[in-house]
Amino acid sequence: MTTTDNFNDGATATVDTDIVLDVQDLSVTFSSEDGPLKAVRGVSYRVRRGEALGIVGESGSGKSVTSMAIMGLLPKSASVSGSARVLGQEVIGLNDAQISKVRGDKIAMIFQDPLTSLNPVYTIGYQIAEAVLTHRKVTKQEARKRAVDLLDKVGIPHPDRRVDQYPHELSGGMRQRVVIAIAMANDPDVIIADEPTTALDVTVQAQVLEALEAARKETGAALVLITHDLGVVAGHVDRVAVMYAGRLVETGSVEDVFYRPRMPYALGLLGSLPRMDEARHERLTPILGTPPSLLDLPAGCGFAPRCPMAQEVCHTSEPALEAAVDGEDDDPFRRHSAACHFSERLVDARPEDLFRTTALDAEAPAELAEAEDTGAAAERRQEEAEAEPGEVLLSAIDLVKNFPIRSKGILRRKIGEVQAVSGISLELREHETLALVGESGCGKSTTARLLLQLIRQTSGEVTYMGQPLHSLSDSQMRPLRRDLQLVFQDPFASLDPRMTVSDIVAEPMQIHGRGKGAKKRVKELLELVGLNPEHGSRYPHEFSGGQRQRIGIARALSLNPKVLILDEPVSALDVSIQAGVINLLEDLQDELGLSYLFVSHDLSVVRHIADRVAVMYLGKIVETGTTEELFDAPAHPYTQALISAIPLPDPVKERTRERIVVTGDVPSPADPPSGCRFRTRCPKFAGELTDEQRNLCVEEPPELLDRGTGHRDACHYSQVVELI
Amino acid sequence: MSEMQSRIAMDDGSSDGPAAPVNRGGDLTQVQLIWRRFRRHRAAMASLVLLGLIVAFAFLGPLVWQWGHTVDSNIPSNAGPSLEHPFGTTKQGNDVFAQTMRGAQQSLKVALTVAVVSTVVGATWGAVAGYYRGRTDAIMMRIADIFLIIPLIVAVASINGAVRGGTTWYAVALIMCLFSWATVARVVRGVVLSLREQEFIEAARAAGARATRIIFRHLLPNAAGPIIVAATLLIAVAVLTEAGLSFIGFGIQPPDISLGKMVEGARTAAFTRPWLFYPPGVLIVLICLTINFIGDGLRDALDPRQTMVRR
Repeated sequence: MTTTDNFNDGATATVDTDIVLDVQDLSVTFSSEDGPLKAVRGVSYRVRRGEALGIVGESGSGKSVTSMAIMGLLPKSASVSGSARVLGQEVIGLNDAQISKVRGDKIAMIFQDPLTSLNPVYTIGYQIAEAVLTHRKVTKQEARKRAVDLLDKVGIPHPDRRVDQYPHELSGGMRQRVVIAIAMANDPDVIIADEPTTALDVTVQAQVLEALEAARKETGAALVLITHDLGVVAGHVDRVAVMYAGRLVETGSVEDVFYRPRMPYALGLLGSLPRMDEARHERLTPILGTPPSLLDLPAGCGFAPRCPMAQEVCHTSEPALEAAVDGEDDDPFRRHSAACHFSERLVDARPEDLFRTTALDAEAPAELAEAEDTGAAAERRQEEAEAEPGEVLLSAIDLVKNFPIRSKGILRRKIGEVQAVSGISLELREHETLALVGESGCGKSTTARLLLQLIRQTSGEVTYMGQPLHSLSDSQMRPLRRDLQLVFQDPFASLDPRMTVSDIVAEPMQIHGRGKGAKKRVKELLELVGLNPEHGSRYPHEFSGGQRQRIGIARALSLNPKVLILDEPVSALDVSIQAGVINLLEDLQDELGLSYLFVSHDLSVVRHIADRVAVMYLGKIVETGTTEELFDAPAHPYTQALISAIPLPDPVKERTRERIVVTGDVPSPADPPSGCRFRTRCPKFAGELTDEQRNLCVEEPPELLDRGTGHRDACHYSQVVELI
Repeated sequence: MSEMQSRIAMDDGSSDGPAAPVNRGGDLTQVQLIWRRFRRHRAAMASLVLLGLIVAFAFLGPLVWQWGHTVDSNIPSNAGPSLEHPFGTTKQGNDVFAQTMRGAQQSLKVALTVAVVSTVVGATWGAVAGYYRGRTDAIMMRIADIFLIIPLIVAVASINGAVRGGTTWYAVALIMCLFSWATVARVVRGVVLSLREQEFIEAARAAGARATRIIFRHLLPNAAGPIIVAATLLIAVAVLTEAGLSFIGFGIQPPDISLGKMVEGARTAAFTRPWLFYPPGVLIVLICLTINFIGDGLRDALDPRQTMVRR
């Protein structure tokens, strides 16, 4: 077992006043068909040598555009004003040749998608060497040596062999490390990382963040970490800047911003985040509304339309970014600042005080009593669940699904099998939420589709209320589909763009011959999911992501189903929107008595919403139990690693918590390891077990059993560890 | 319950609706909405008016014009343009103005029939093949390939030989359909292959929708863009192919006339007596252009995401 503690301490002690990146009043405007689009407005910040600054914000807040402007990577249609100095040298307005000398040498950038930021036709060694050769007068041999050296530093095993490989031979996490190696090739003074881990799985994310940390230590570079993930920010930066509608709305040390936010938006963002370190009864407090259109910004504070504290002045004048606490520090770039007219009112405010009560005020005041009820209702529900498990609705026994791999060419012979799901048994009971958790490619979505019989199993059984589904034909299955409905991950792809919202929601009713009262029912459903029923004649593209997901839920509810299978229903949504959808799902379950199978990779959301959890790895369930059991006493090393890898949005906890780190990437499901499938990455297998004990892991696949922990796990040597 | 609902409603501001400036549909029907979007497309609207005039000219013109398109002993031969004969007369003694009207009529009938029949058949064929994939797809597309590889001219020649006795416009049109639906099928199959992997198709399947519903309600409407492009191209090709067929003697036969045949007959006179050549030639170009613009407008109007207005 590896424990790493705070690997950030070196940076916090920086006293060097040497400013490496100085951004002053930077604004970016794009010209568009509908008028000027103000993507960034008057952003100023400074980064000192070795310091790490986190820029957080939701999609469209301008956080990426800011860094693209500094790097000179914006298209010609963008007009950039203001100044950005790298080591005192102005970079805004440089021509391409001039900025190329700075780019990659003094300032380097890491992009989100490691798939597209490497050139597939060159070896990774060539690509790293190229970065060196562009800016340094060295021989090719020296550059290659440097490449091997760098690969080693970012934690790539066998760098001397890897250096001659092509990007497609490396996994996503490896590729992102190569990108980091390229970024540090010339010992830059600033590294800008734009969502460097968003495309990666959590366990790989942890590894890449560590590589990034190593790169910083090695080069002594300052880091600008752009992300939407408050957890990543909490653990890896010294100072935070929160962006909203193209402006910085709050800056300060991580502790200040996370523990003492002085801008309602920052407070609301923290309140809308489901947390893995909190039990589920707490209802999330979403922020109302959606971010303003950058084409048509409000006259006053950009957040005012969504702000529960907004007063007259907020709608007319835009607050400047000013010191939130008097006399603390004179340097405007170090002190805790917030752009709010009433920031002093937020002292000791909690998100639920501010956002929940206003949400109710906007409605009828009589509802207050009911709101207080929800906490109690959740508790009651939990008691019920514990007291008597409901009837089993949907169950799977030994479900197996193998996808054939076929050769190219005319014959298309079968040359192998992807073992997507390898023997899964689970039960979904009445009125409960079962979460299926795992990283990408573990087979959780395939399992969901097998349960619905949208794809057919290779072997195994699926039953719904005692009736076997696996032997039914498509037409026999059709009437049962009324009870089993699916909600999709992508709110953009799952709605037919050519149909109006009413038609989309009414479609299941028409299919099942209930078209008669459909019009009225559609209005009821839209109201039920919190949409304006008058908007039924609009098309999906006219709605925001959160609203579209509500349409998808309304469609799934139209036939009064008993079971909803939710396939990553909130992972495509921004934090403040996600909270609203989670609350909706909880309310609907209480009201309509639904059962949910909740497929997700996000343990924080799962902790918040699920009654029971099953953790999947490479097509098998490795651990299952109630949410409390699993999070409080995880027994399988994979569950432990997964919990460790989820960043907590709490700077102190995040930096001091015990971690169980896994190495490497998930093996290919076409050729899974023998015995225990997790053994190739298992910290226990690698570090604690004797050779004799290891034999058992290699030879015998562990059964899913209760090994004295009160819940079942599939590890020969399981042992409870407390992690939160 | 309603209170709870309204509270949910506040959660992500769903009640304030979309922020982007969009057309507020109100209670308009689908057709009204599409027409509204179509009207904003200027080139398409102008083309629609122009095509309307051409149609009127072709179908109503002959009813009021003093001369017929056939040889008339009262018509002087080889006359230049005059008030009596605006486009002059032919050597045999036809009024070219009357011939142009008749030719436009025949060409339009052939082209539109080919476009409609081939598009309907080809789109359905391609969508079915693309939706089912596998063996169905392989068999259906090999059949389509057979129609693609047989040269139209050879086929028309042999079929015409078999059904001797007066080639009417619809015989020509149907034979051309037989050899043009396969191109549409190929295009639609390609689009459907990628569309069927989208989540909204899976959503329909999860709701219990049958294949026919998925194909006609979801796949084909989403493939409308490429289908319309293929259909408008077909019209242009049909006008020209008909001209080619007439030239080798298999199209519309004298004394009947088509635009293609007129151009073919007057091609040597293009420089000496341009009034014989240009009216039918310009008409062919106008028909093809207007239909292309209308197709553009229709494609945009059918796509609810299209908010930009092209000019």
